[in-house]
Amino acid sequence: MNALRLYGRYIATSIRSQRQYPVSFIATSIGAFASTITDFIGIWALFARFRRLEGWRFEEVALLYGVVSVAFALADSLTRGFDLFGEQFVKTGDFDRLLVRPRSTVLQLLGYELRVTRIGRLAQGVLAWAVGVRLLHLEWTTTSWAILGFAVVGGIALFAGILVLQATLAFWTVESLEIANALTYGGVEAGQYPLDVYARWFRDFLIYVVPIGCISYFPVSVVLGRANYMPFAFTPLLGVAFLVVALGIWTRGVRHYTSTGS
Amino acid sequence: MSGGLRPYLAVVRARFSVLLQYRAAAVAGFLTQCWWGGIKVMVLTAFFATASGAPMTLPQAIDYVWLGQALFTMLPWSGDPDVARLVRTGDVAYERLRPLDTYTFWYSRAVARRTANPTMRAIPMLFTAGILFRFVGWSAFALRAPSGAEAALLFAVSIVLVIALSAAVSALLDTLTVATLSERGVTLIVGPLIIVLSGSLVPLPLFPDWAQPILRNQPFAGLMDTPFRIYSGHLAGGVAVGALARQALWVVVFVMVGRALMTRVMARLQTQGG
Repeated sequence: MNALRLYGRYIATSIRSQRQYPVSFIATSIGAFASTITDFIGIWALFARFRRLEGWRFEEVALLYGVVSVAFALADSLTRGFDLFGEQFVKTGDFDRLLVRPRSTVLQLLGYELRVTRIGRLAQGVLAWAVGVRLLHLEWTTTSWAILGFAVVGGIALFAGILVLQATLAFWTVESLEIANALTYGGVEAGQYPLDVYARWFRDFLIYVVPIGCISYFPVSVVLGRANYMPFAFTPLLGVAFLVVALGIWTRGVRHYTSTGS
Repeated sequence: MSGGLRPYLAVVRARFSVLLQYRAAAVAGFLTQCWWGGIKVMVLTAFFATASGAPMTLPQAIDYVWLGQALFTMLPWSGDPDVARLVRTGDVAYERLRPLDTYTFWYSRAVARRTANPTMRAIPMLFTAGILFRFVGWSAFALRAPSGAEAALLFAVSIVLVIALSAAVSALLDTLTVATLSERGVTLIVGPLIIVLSGSLVPLPLFPDWAQPILRNQPFAGLMDTPFRIYSGHLAGGVAVGALARQALWVVVFVMVGRALMTRVMARLQTQGG
């Protein structure tokens, strides 16, 4: 069986198991929606009061918010295995079992669970995105959808990369340290505003170190016609590069791994 | 070294590394708070730069953000996990056997929880935003001292009322947990509501003017908004005293409702487990 089909099997199993508790699924999804939509309410309130943010209007920031939110929701739902890696695999020694199977550890961890309840977060991202599109009065071409689509792909890669690094850290610390939360949840928070807002050093950090600006701010600027510079549409590639580097470090971490199991 | 000591040393080392991890978790939490507060402060600074006539000054809004980061664990966005466990296991029945009033017992526990946790978290945050920022040249983003002796005094009173109110809400959530047999349903709705209505998300004065009468008179303003505005002098004199009175009124309301509900729930208590 090739890797893709195997992954399909993993996911089908995961979805079937989550379907066993429909009420819990619905409740958790609604909870995820309610707790994340508050951020968008906050942005709305500030724009209702101040109208503009560094020349950006509400609907423009709504689009930015939508792109970051959708990307993170998808990444978060795909990478549950990495998110729980410390507790579920290193601490228990269960990672040994993954190592003896004739498949890559990355594939097995990706197949660990597809968290369907993240649909709540996804839904509010789509909602913000739709609000932005509806209010913007832009001409939507195939090119603009392609740019935003690629931005989402780059964003998924970037957030997945951060979670892979968090998991890699567990090889040394055993427990998953939630330092990565500042970069994932905090990254969503930072990425939902235009970079112009931030101090210079923080902006540089969001472009060159953890390239959250590259997966939202630059491509969205191109689509909005704020930046007439086509190469900005390709900056989400840096998100993909981040994931590649993260996976490289992961491989080194796997080599360093010593079992805690008995 | 003699071999007999080695296992004990191993225990010490293992225990030490566990404790270090707790410390790492605390440091991670603190850095996350700084990150969040920093973003909020920079975003508010940019918003304030584009418009005049805001209902509060930028430094007042910045004080509001840092106090919110320092004290966010005072918010009762979930019930007591221990009570939720008592309900799940059925051990809640033992609570009824104690020669104590269950409501007062749970209320006291909530007071401890809403005091101890914020104290631990507030000190490093206040130190960083209030003092350290000035030394590294970020005075414009720093937390200021209370606007005066009167403000400091009223702030202290207001914080006591926050704890009283927060504990009353917690105790009510605990009671609802007993009634619904699960803590999840309650947390789902109440959590986001409190984040928005306490001012934790965006300072309440910055919401649209038409919403202000509602926001002022709803109970959750007493969890953050009231003390923070008193601190920076945004509320002063008679208005501040009025806000304190509203806080106190909501404490009474929540305690009465919580008590009444607990009496009803406990009268037909069904325990789980065997």
